[in-house]
Amino acid sequence: MPDGSVAEVKEALAAVGYLADESTALVSFLAQKLGKPVLVEGPAGVGKTELAKALSRATGRELVRLQCYEGLDEAKAMYEWNYRKQLLRIQAGGEAGWEDVQDDIFSNDFLLTRPLMQAIASSEPVVLLIDEIDKTDQEFEAMLLELLSDFQITIPELGQIAATTMPIVVLTSNDSRELTEALKRRCLYLWLDYPETEREMEIVRLHTPDLSETLARRLVEVIRMVRSLDLKKPPSIAESIDWARTLLLLGAEDIDQETFAQSMSIIVKHRTDIDLVAERVGVKLADPLRTES
Amino acid sequence: MPTPYGPKADAGPPGLAAKLLGFCEELRSEGVAVGTSEMLDAFAALSEVDWTSRADFREALAATIAKSQDDRRVFELIFERHFFRTAEAEAVQRGVTEHAEGGPPAGDGERFDMDELSEAIREAMAAGDEDAMRDLARLAIAAFGRAEGSGVVGVDVQRIRRTLGLTAGSQPPGEDGGERPPIDREQLTGFERHLRRELERDLIERTETLPPSRPLAELDRTLPTSPTQDLAAVHRAVSQMKRRLATLGHEQRGRRKGQFVDVRRTMRASLETGGVPLRLRYRPKRPRRPEIYVLCDVSTSVTSASVFFLSVLHALHDSFRKLRSFVFIERISEVTDVFEHERDFAAIAQRISSEGGVADVSGYTDYGRVWLEFLTEISDDLDPRSTVIVLGDARTNGREPHAEVFAQVAERAGRLFWLNPEPKLYWNYGDSVMAAYERYCDGAFECWTTKHLENFVNVVAGAAPAAE
Repeated sequence: MPDGSVAEVKEALAAVGYLADESTALVSFLAQKLGKPVLVEGPAGVGKTELAKALSRATGRELVRLQCYEGLDEAKAMYEWNYRKQLLRIQAGGEAGWEDVQDDIFSNDFLLTRPLMQAIASSEPVVLLIDEIDKTDQEFEAMLLELLSDFQITIPELGQIAATTMPIVVLTSNDSRELTEALKRRCLYLWLDYPETEREMEIVRLHTPDLSETLARRLVEVIRMVRSLDLKKPPSIAESIDWARTLLLLGAEDIDQETFAQSMSIIVKHRTDIDLVAERVGVKLADPLRTES
Repeated sequence: MPTPYGPKADAGPPGLAAKLLGFCEELRSEGVAVGTSEMLDAFAALSEVDWTSRADFREALAATIAKSQDDRRVFELIFERHFFRTAEAEAVQRGVTEHAEGGPPAGDGERFDMDELSEAIREAMAAGDEDAMRDLARLAIAAFGRAEGSGVVGVDVQRIRRTLGLTAGSQPPGEDGGERPPIDREQLTGFERHLRRELERDLIERTETLPPSRPLAELDRTLPTSPTQDLAAVHRAVSQMKRRLATLGHEQRGRRKGQFVDVRRTMRASLETGGVPLRLRYRPKRPRRPEIYVLCDVSTSVTSASVFFLSVLHALHDSFRKLRSFVFIERISEVTDVFEHERDFAAIAQRISSEGGVADVSGYTDYGRVWLEFLTEISDDLDPRSTVIVLGDARTNGREPHAEVFAQVAERAGRLFWLNPEPKLYWNYGDSVMAAYERYCDGAFECWTTKHLENFVNVVAGAAPAAE
């Protein structure tokens, strides 16, 4: 990916199917230039994870992904000693002296690399995605600090392993808990929100080129209307695209009440939400005056 | 350091670095934590982007300095204000004025056609063209004429807006009978902002002084919230509380103090050592299972707060299984079932108001009676492991508070907390008898925002209260 200017980054991202807005493009640009991790926050389904994937595609780098969950520890995130292999080595060693074996079993051969280690040790530059960091506990965040600021990992038996190439690090968070100041301080911050009408239309049309423009506009308008309701899970961008594809398959000309009722389950996925949406939006669609006023 | 740009229109030391430092200083004074590392990042970022693009400049600063959405909001406000003031201060000091040649701004002289201008503004607003709006705002001010101005910026903004016939919402048809598109409220606010800015600029130029900078109004800096967002925030605070309450027991598990020897298991273990009880076995400490009773006032005096309280209840029910909730006005009524069977918040609120059966005659809260009823109904179940949380304003409407009954409740329950939707200032004024109850509580907190709720959670969990 060319990294000469913000506009070039934006183009490169668009070329791989990710329409970034100004601030997203700028932060992606800065992330490469300054070599700092990016913390992306925002509601579910606005394309946080997709941004990391797009960056990996645009830069031609491999994507290393660490999915966070409660109880994730360093053995699963960073590295682990392959103790079975170590045992085998000790047993198979036979005559070798204690000193030799001791040095030997704590070497790279016996190390199982996990995503973070993999990203650091890779000889090619990578994009490291640490997904849903807010799902882990604060201790794990603290563990990440060394990695995020110095791009290195300390293994007591081996010493420090520093990155040879500078990875692009993207952390995502659904804002389900406040992240620590220490972590935030090391990152660039990007808040992603649902896109504006025009941009969402572009996104939808990019992924379903066969959809007519009027229908796409109508679709995005309805989606926005649904999002403005008090829902358990508002429809994400991915669901807008899915819905657009569905409409295409159904061969719909316009989104009327019937089409909406048929395909609503694509964008609304809670029983209570469905009732609410059917009540509020369905009725509006029946109205010949539409929703302009 | 106070802000370097006082009323004296001091431009401060030259150079961008000093200006940025001043900006960060101002952000800090508004409570945004800007560390040295953030500032270094900001400088590094600025060396990579084009300064001539205002948007890039701002985004680069925002990405490195504002690290949460709340911070971002404050950042936007301060950014607008600070750089406007800085530029003006510089202009005043160097004696730069916009019409230095003495001529009035371009286009003056002939009277403007207000309708035409109004039309142009509508178009600019519809297109969202910031630059055009700014230019048009200046034209509007010129057309309006300085002489007619009241000198108070806010008043002038509204006068100009009315003269131009701009109102938000759908528009009456134009003179030619054609239909005109509605004006978006946001866009109109945007235009007003431009007007305000230009009027301020004008004022500064005439008086050659800057008005003193004021801290941001609390209203501006808080995010505009919708009930949905609030509900989500409440859920967040409560799930945090759940985690804290759940780990509370764990901390105590490790301590030996106050543990009881389990004789049976010690004897059993002694068999290994030939009947000599070498190793003592202790009774395992059970972690505190939060058994929670929540009493929620839903009378008219707390109407505004009760939606918030009900949402707290709603969130609590999602998190705790052993939770019994009650609503009360004159009488008390258990609503645990309602919360367990109904998932939708709106439906819950409706069911509670329709079938709670808590108002008797007058509809005024009767705390004394509520305690009596609560105690008779529930006293057998209360034990030292249970936590009672009362959500109410402690306004008895002059009735007997029965503090001694409340004391009994407090004695039986392990812990008792009171969340009051009124600011502490108002406690014990009028018919509020908070003091009578407060002495028996393990803690009494003012609570009407999610921030207060979080604070409460922190205190309950034994941490220091969050800074206000």
